[in-house]
Amino acid sequence: MSIDKKTVENVAHLARINLDKKELDKISGQLEHILSFIDKLSSLNTDNIAPTSHILPISNVLRKDELRKSLPIAKTLMNAPAKQGNFFVVPKIIE
Amino acid sequence: MNYETVIGLEVHLQLKTKSKAFCGCSTEFGQEPNTQVCPVCLGFPGSLPVFNQTALDYAIKVALALNCKIQEYTKFDRKNYFYPDLPKNYQISQYDLPLSLAGYLDIELEERQKRIGITRVHMEEDAGKLIHQENFSLVDFNRTGIPLLEIVSEPDISSPEEAHEYLTTLKSVIQYLDVSDCDMEKGSLRCDANISLRPVGAKTLGVKTELKNMNSFKGVKDALAYEIQRQAGLLDSKKTLIQETRLWDAKAAQTLPMRTKEGAKDYRYFPEPDLAPFIIKEDKIAEIKKTIPELPKEKIKRFVKDFGLSEYDAKVLVALKETAQFSEECLKEYRDSNKKPVANWIIGPLAALASNNACEITDLKISAASLVELIELVEKKQVISNLTGKIVLEEMLKTGKGAQKIIEEKNLAQISDSGSLNVIIAEIIKENPKSVADYKTGKANALMFLVGQVMRKSSGKANPKAVQDLLKEKLESV
Amino acid sequence: MELSRLTAHELLEKIRNKEITSEQIHSDLNKKIEELDPKVKAYVRTSHTLNPEPSVNLKGIPVSIKDNICTEGYHTECCSKILAGFNPPYNATVINRIIASGNSFLGLKCNMDEFAFGSSTENSCFGPTHNPWNLECVPGGSSGGSAAAVAADEAIWALGTDTGGSIRQPASFCGVVGLKPTYGRVSRFGLIAFASSLDQIGPLTKDVRDAALLMNIISGYDANDSTSVNTPVPDYTKDLINDIKGMRVGIPKEYFVKGLDPEVKAAVEEAISKLKSLGAQFKEVSLPHTEYAVPVYYIIATAEASSNLARFDAVQYGLREDQKSLIDMYKKTRQLGFGDEAKRRILLGTFALSHGYYDAYYLRAQKVRTLIKQDFDNVFKDFDCIITPTSPTPAFKIGEKTDDPLKMYLSDIYTISVNLAGIPAISVPCGFTKKGLPVGLQILSQHFNEGALLRLAYTYEQNTGWHKIKLKL
Repeated sequence: MSIDKKTVENVAHLARINLDKKELDKISGQLEHILSFIDKLSSLNTDNIAPTSHILPISNVLRKDELRKSLPIAKTLMNAPAKQGNFFVVPKIIE
Repeated sequence: MNYETVIGLEVHLQLKTKSKAFCGCSTEFGQEPNTQVCPVCLGFPGSLPVFNQTALDYAIKVALALNCKIQEYTKFDRKNYFYPDLPKNYQISQYDLPLSLAGYLDIELEERQKRIGITRVHMEEDAGKLIHQENFSLVDFNRTGIPLLEIVSEPDISSPEEAHEYLTTLKSVIQYLDVSDCDMEKGSLRCDANISLRPVGAKTLGVKTELKNMNSFKGVKDALAYEIQRQAGLLDSKKTLIQETRLWDAKAAQTLPMRTKEGAKDYRYFPEPDLAPFIIKEDKIAEIKKTIPELPKEKIKRFVKDFGLSEYDAKVLVALKETAQFSEECLKEYRDSNKKPVANWIIGPLAALASNNACEITDLKISAASLVELIELVEKKQVISNLTGKIVLEEMLKTGKGAQKIIEEKNLAQISDSGSLNVIIAEIIKENPKSVADYKTGKANALMFLVGQVMRKSSGKANPKAVQDLLKEKLESV
Repeated sequence: MELSRLTAHELLEKIRNKEITSEQIHSDLNKKIEELDPKVKAYVRTSHTLNPEPSVNLKGIPVSIKDNICTEGYHTECCSKILAGFNPPYNATVINRIIASGNSFLGLKCNMDEFAFGSSTENSCFGPTHNPWNLECVPGGSSGGSAAAVAADEAIWALGTDTGGSIRQPASFCGVVGLKPTYGRVSRFGLIAFASSLDQIGPLTKDVRDAALLMNIISGYDANDSTSVNTPVPDYTKDLINDIKGMRVGIPKEYFVKGLDPEVKAAVEEAISKLKSLGAQFKEVSLPHTEYAVPVYYIIATAEASSNLARFDAVQYGLREDQKSLIDMYKKTRQLGFGDEAKRRILLGTFALSHGYYDAYYLRAQKVRTLIKQDFDNVFKDFDCIITPTSPTPAFKIGEKTDDPLKMYLSDIYTISVNLAGIPAISVPCGFTKKGLPVGLQILSQHFNEGALLRLAYTYEQNTGWHKIKLKL
């Protein structure tokens, strides 16, 4: 399977990354090259093989429903690029 | 043309755990913005989630109460999309292996019962809150990470009324389980709807609209009703419907299209690598099953069977868990095989009193025993009239005193002895010759008028039945 | 005596004997950093102290920390522009463990490939680190700063992170010891995630004993990390036994093929002979799915990374390119904030998860991951350890592979399978090339069998002494 520029553009939109034309050309070529190598996987028969999401057989990891201290507001907002009162501020949402 | 309506509802329910789904921050509503947050629910780099045991237990409880099959192996997935109320830009949710599948909820319609299928109940985390200003938005993450259940119904609902009944029944069940506040105003219960129309008898589904932004059950009903009109209008005029999301504007009473997002949604779900899967064994399910109380449906049946109540009365008494418990105490306490008066008193005067005080029946400081004392004084012993009973009830609330005591203190006991009543009756006959004449010519109303006059003269204390009997007797002899 | 040249265990001994103080170690180390770091560039200069707490910072032996491990009060930026100025409001669990053990961490942070994306430390927004053995060469990566600092005596010991070889490969390039623990052995809480199902924090040290000591400090269950494992932590120094008689070691034939540098091959074969002479039993084994490890890794790791890095959106922290609309702010910030390799990996990972491609890429990769793990399970039924070269080549020149991402990816060919299988592995120095570049020997073992690695590595080290050869800068 190969990847065309239109797919790369769509993927870049999904990932919310702007690509100028030069970047798009370069990255499309590189991704195509990498994917042609990755396509080696398609030669392998993977029927009836369970996928591995977690390498260790752990399950049911739970914590008790207990309160822990929240952050003081100063620490919460310490890194904020834009804030107003207690809030974080973001530009107008136009999708 | 005639259309049939196909509706599916998607309910989001906040679980009322003390702490959030994946961290120890409080879930309390209405706190100062961004004060109930920590690196985990803020999605700070390096932070990791650990799931809340109680949230899992509550989720299983709800799924069981909705007759779902709990899946033995379940896991969290990441749902990836960018939005500023979602700090990690993915939501921890469930995708292909949800907690539970294939349940149902029976709803009571006029004259019949209908079974609404539940596709799935799954667990996820809530997002934060955005406050939109003119040129920017403010973000509050207090709500972020509160455990949510998504309850998806099958498209089995056929009218706005059924949708309303489904939500009412669902809310009642959840409240019985005591796992959520189910308060739409506070956002602890939210509902989106999918609705489409098709010609009656058609096999395929029509183009659907997703409705959002309904803030009450009535809003859901109204939005659906509006949407039926709108879609039918378009279909009638052969215009094409587009699949879209529309927002309900309660003030304008209409749905409006949400600004469409470019391109199709692609959430890129994949198993959440930071959380281990859950294996839910039979013994765990059995343990949680034990904590499920008698649910409304069973309770209604039992109230009808054990107390001889009508379906309607039983349903009203049972709707709220606390009221149901109070009602059951009253019904048991009341020493008569005919329990109807108890239902009447709770649904009537007591509910009115609660409503006037803007609270629930169980918030009124009137015990089951003292209510039953009052009902017996009115209905069985006929010491006071119904009207006086209501006055006594109000007095009970005000003073905290018992009914008997209030009657004695205020001298409200009914006059039933013919001696005293005959004196009043004689006066009334004398004062109302015209009505007496009317009665004689067969006008039935006249009798009721005269009874009323006697009641008035006795300041409501006369026993109405006794008055009627004595009056008739006297009138015959006039 | 230059204290910075000593190992942690030697320094601890001197502190115990009251010959020296922690302050002296710090001041020696600072002198060394001032002297050498302008050339080596192992540390990230902007990670200045925001919140100096000398009482914390001058205790015990200072540990140098990779820039992707959260240190409260000290910038933690993953050597990425997008995290410029990020000051975490909390410490990683490993940092708290270091403090609790009576030691300290260095406020300066070690250089790395941006978000650990790379094998050369060239993908840092602060510029590359130079290999102390040859300043024209890369130190390996992504924990290149940590490895170079230890090799140049700019650090006593250091923490790195390993997602596909990022501790072991730089350890081998810089001639130091690097250990990647079993997945789940060390808490990931506070490690800024690259690929959550593969990442582990581990030590880079001057000898095997220090690796065992640092493992004792950082290992253990953490209730804040759902993937950390609740099994008891042994005292790893108990495994430092100079005796490997009867140990069964496998040599995977798939690792000794075309592409393996002859000098590396020779050094590893010599090490094998040495270990044979010390009583270990060797046998050729097969890990048949080895050739699929790189493709599987670059799907799983990038897919997880694409999701993990979505949070860098200019809302709560880090770089922000102000724009009128939200979406433009997202897109512009991420265009300017991420370097080329980060963008490539985010896009590759997003693609692998996207509609229509998930089954062909992500799901398939997860299935092949199962096969790769089974390969190891089969071998470890009969063997205690597996030995391989750590990297197919010694350190390469700065700039040599930057234009060919795939070529760079293939330099991890021997280290990646370990992360996919979640097993522990160690790289120990096993000689030098003619040009004087270090070569590393990689030892692999089954889940939670770090003891076997340490024993084999320790015995080898004690009977060869490669670790004692110090560079002159």
